[in-house]
Amino acid sequence: MKAAVIVFPGSNCDRDVQVALAQAMARHAQKGGGGGTPTMVWHKDSDFEAVDLIVLPGGFSYGDYLRCGAMAAQSPVMKEVMRRAGKGVPVLGICNGFQILTEAGLLPGALVRNANLKFVCRDVTLRIETSQSLFTARYEAGAKIRVPVAHHDGNYIAADEDFERMEERGQIAFRYCAPDGTLTTAANPNGSARNVAGVFNETKTVLGLMPHPERLAEDALGGTDGRPLFDGLVEALS
Amino acid sequence: MKARVHVTLKPGVLDPQGKAIHKALSGLGFDTVERVRQGKVIEIELAETDPARARESLRQMCEKLLANTVIENYAIELDG
Repeated sequence: MKAAVIVFPGSNCDRDVQVALAQAMARHAQKGGGGGTPTMVWHKDSDFEAVDLIVLPGGFSYGDYLRCGAMAAQSPVMKEVMRRAGKGVPVLGICNGFQILTEAGLLPGALVRNANLKFVCRDVTLRIETSQSLFTARYEAGAKIRVPVAHHDGNYIAADEDFERMEERGQIAFRYCAPDGTLTTAANPNGSARNVAGVFNETKTVLGLMPHPERLAEDALGGTDGRPLFDGLVEALS
Repeated sequence: MKARVHVTLKPGVLDPQGKAIHKALSGLGFDTVERVRQGKVIEIELAETDPARARESLRQMCEKLLANTVIENYAIELDG
């Protein structure tokens, strides 16, 4: 499997997600699959090698000018990312990557300032809403996982009719929940509508999520709940 | 030609910053404030003399970049 991590000026989780994916590839190689390391693609590059997965990492691309992700969504490389996403190449956007995907129109809705106006940086519990996707195949639907969030603008909103369509098509990937799985206001770190933490596009080939699975993908980091996302992707795309 | 683009949150969209400003104004004793919504103003100078063409060009700028029309409305103001 080949993967590309897009690097914008201000990206700061690009290396983390590269390592998380490279380790997933190494685990896959131990079972007889091919290994490898994702290539890094600079935002000014309007073309890059054919890959099986494109990752938009977390960070503060272009200093969050205008709106988070707004400038990155217009960068040269995003034209190519959008073209490939249109052809079905899977795209994963984490945190700022999620914001870029909504600004680019690849995902529905928008991410606005956290309801309590504060930058939130802590572990949250997520409920896996579906295992029927490339990204969540290695999780059980309904399972609870612990993953960190670190953002100022992660408050997800969408029009009611968009939500109805998304719920019907199973486009909600993750929701913030209490440890027992119930959806509470206290468990919602940013005020997101319907406790939504991550969503798919209609074909479930594009996923955006605010939490950082790459930050809890090995024991040394204090947990591995984020690991199945990367293992599942490598398995499905190799 | 000079233009000002006003970008504001759509009526239904929660505006926590506006709420915080409202609270701070109340704290300063401005007790007649009933509601605050925060937006942004973008000043643009255009090498264009035809108002209709300028307006159309600005409309496209708003649709493509200046506003996120999922959550924001925009208004274009032309000088002269």
